[in-house]
Amino acid sequence: MPVYKPTPIPASEITPRPLFNDRRRFMQIAAGASLAALLPPSVWAADNKLAGVKNPAYTVPEELTPYKDVTSYNNFYEFGTGKDDPAKNAGGLKTRPWTVTVEGEVKKPQVFDLDTLMKMAAIEERIYRLRCVEAWSMVVPWLGFSLAELIKQVQPTGKAKFVEFISLNDASQMPGQQTSVLAWPYREGLRIDEAMHPLTLLTFGLYGELLPNQNGAPVRVVVPWKYGFKSAKSIVGIRFAEQQPVTSWMLAGPSEYGFYSNVNPTVDHARWSQAKERRIGEFFRRKTLMFNGYEQEVAALYTGMDLKANF
Amino acid sequence: MALKNLNNQTLAWSKRGVFLLALVPLGNLAVAGFTDGLGANPIEKITRSTGYWTLTLLMITLAITPLRRLAGWQWPVRLRRMLGLFAFFYGCLHFSMYLVVDQFFDWEGIAKDIIKRPYITVGFPSFVLMLPLAITSSDGMIRRLGGKRWRQLHRLAYICAIGGVVHYWWLVKKDLTNPITFAALLSVLLGLRLFYAAKDALKRRGKADTGAASH
Repeated sequence: MPVYKPTPIPASEITPRPLFNDRRRFMQIAAGASLAALLPPSVWAADNKLAGVKNPAYTVPEELTPYKDVTSYNNFYEFGTGKDDPAKNAGGLKTRPWTVTVEGEVKKPQVFDLDTLMKMAAIEERIYRLRCVEAWSMVVPWLGFSLAELIKQVQPTGKAKFVEFISLNDASQMPGQQTSVLAWPYREGLRIDEAMHPLTLLTFGLYGELLPNQNGAPVRVVVPWKYGFKSAKSIVGIRFAEQQPVTSWMLAGPSEYGFYSNVNPTVDHARWSQAKERRIGEFFRRKTLMFNGYEQEVAALYTGMDLKANF
Repeated sequence: MALKNLNNQTLAWSKRGVFLLALVPLGNLAVAGFTDGLGANPIEKITRSTGYWTLTLLMITLAITPLRRLAGWQWPVRLRRMLGLFAFFYGCLHFSMYLVVDQFFDWEGIAKDIIKRPYITVGFPSFVLMLPLAITSSDGMIRRLGGKRWRQLHRLAYICAIGGVVHYWWLVKKDLTNPITFAALLSVLLGLRLFYAAKDALKRRGKADTGAASH
C-alpha cells in the first residue's frame, strides 16, 4: 500500500507568526475599513476640531497668546522638565480610548468614557489668563464646561470636602516619568467649593481644536485664579475626599508650593517674587493681578483666611 | 610630547580657534533670534543660555591648572586669560538681561532682590567679583601688581565659581541635574587644587626637615 506523503508547504505560503497571531485584528480592521468606506467622509476623517460657543462672560481684555507659543512652551514634567520637552515628547500619548474614574465620597461613583464626558454639557469657549508659578503668563482660549456640571451628576456626599485629580501614570507613554523628579502619578486638588466654582473649567480643547497632547490631552482642568500647576492635565481619576489631599508639588517642596497656590502678587514664592510676570510675547514684565484678575469672582471663597499662611 | 608644548605658530592658531569657539554660543543665540528660534520666551532663553555659558567657561578656565599638573600640558595656560575674559563677557550679557530687561534700571527693585532673593544675593556679588579680575587681566596690570599679589587676587575666581553654582542651584524649580553636574565638576577642580597644595606643603616640610637634619 502506498504511504500517503503530504506535499511540503512552500515557505512562501506559510503565514508569518505575527500575522497569524494578529488574525482577529486583521479581520476587524478589514471589516471596519469596509464599513467606513460606506460612511460619509466627515464621520471618519481624522478630525481634531472642537466647536464651542463663545461665552462672553468669560473673556479678558488682553490679546491672545499665539497658538504656537501656547503649544510649544509648556510645563508638563511627565514629558520632561524643559519647556520645549512636552511638544517634542508627547507624541506617544494615546488619548483614545480614555476613561475618567470618579470615586470616593460621591453617591454615584462612575467610570466615564471620554466621549460620554464630553457630551455631558455644552462646550463653551472661554478666554482665561494663565499665570505660571515661575512668573510668566499667557492668555488662552480654552474649550470645555464648568467642572460643576460633572460634580452635580455624581452627587458628592456630605463628607466630600475636597476633590483630588489624578493624572495618567504610564512611563511608556510619558517618558518624563522614567525619572522621579515628581511623585507619580501627578496629583492635584481643590477644595470642593473651589471645584464647584463656575470658573473652574473641565477642559477638552483650545483654539478651536482638541487639546494637543502637550497641553494635557485629552481632558484637564483649568483653574484660572491659581498658579498653573494646580490645573491637572491628562486626568484619569477624580476622587472626592474628606481630607485635604497631598499634591505632587506639596511633596516636592512643602515650603514652596502650598495647597491653595492662589495667584497673589503680595505673597512671594520662597525664592522669587510674584509681584510681576512676563506675559509671553511681551518685553517688559507686567504687574501680577490679585487672584490673576479674578478677584471679584473668587475673593469670597477666602474671606477671613490668612492667605500668607495658606499660600 | 607633542601635546605638552606647542610651538608658537600652533599656539597662535589655537588661540584664534578658541576665540571663535567661545563666540559660538553667542552666534547661536543671534541666529536663533533672527530665525524665530528662541521659542516663546526669548528673554528667559537668552538669560539662561548666557548664564550657562558663564559657568561653563569658568569651569574650563579653572580646569587649566589641574590639567597642567595631571597631564603636564603647558600650553592651555596661554589660553586661560582669554577663556576667563569670555566667562566675564557672558556674565556681562547675563547680568545685562537682568538689569535692563527684567528690572529696567530699577535700582530699588535690584537692591530688594539682592537682600530678599538668595539666588540673587549670591549671584550678584559673584558677578561683581569678576570685575577686578577682568580689569587686572592685562600684562601691565600683572606687572604693576607683581606676580604673587596678582595670583592671590585671581584666586577670587574660585569664589565666583562657587557663587555661580549656588546661584544656579537655588533658582532651579525642581530639576537639579545641571546644577549638580556643575557642582560635581567644581568640587573635582577645587579638590585637585587642595590635594596638590597639601602635597606641595608636605614636600616642602620634608625638604625642610631633611635640611635641618643634615646640619
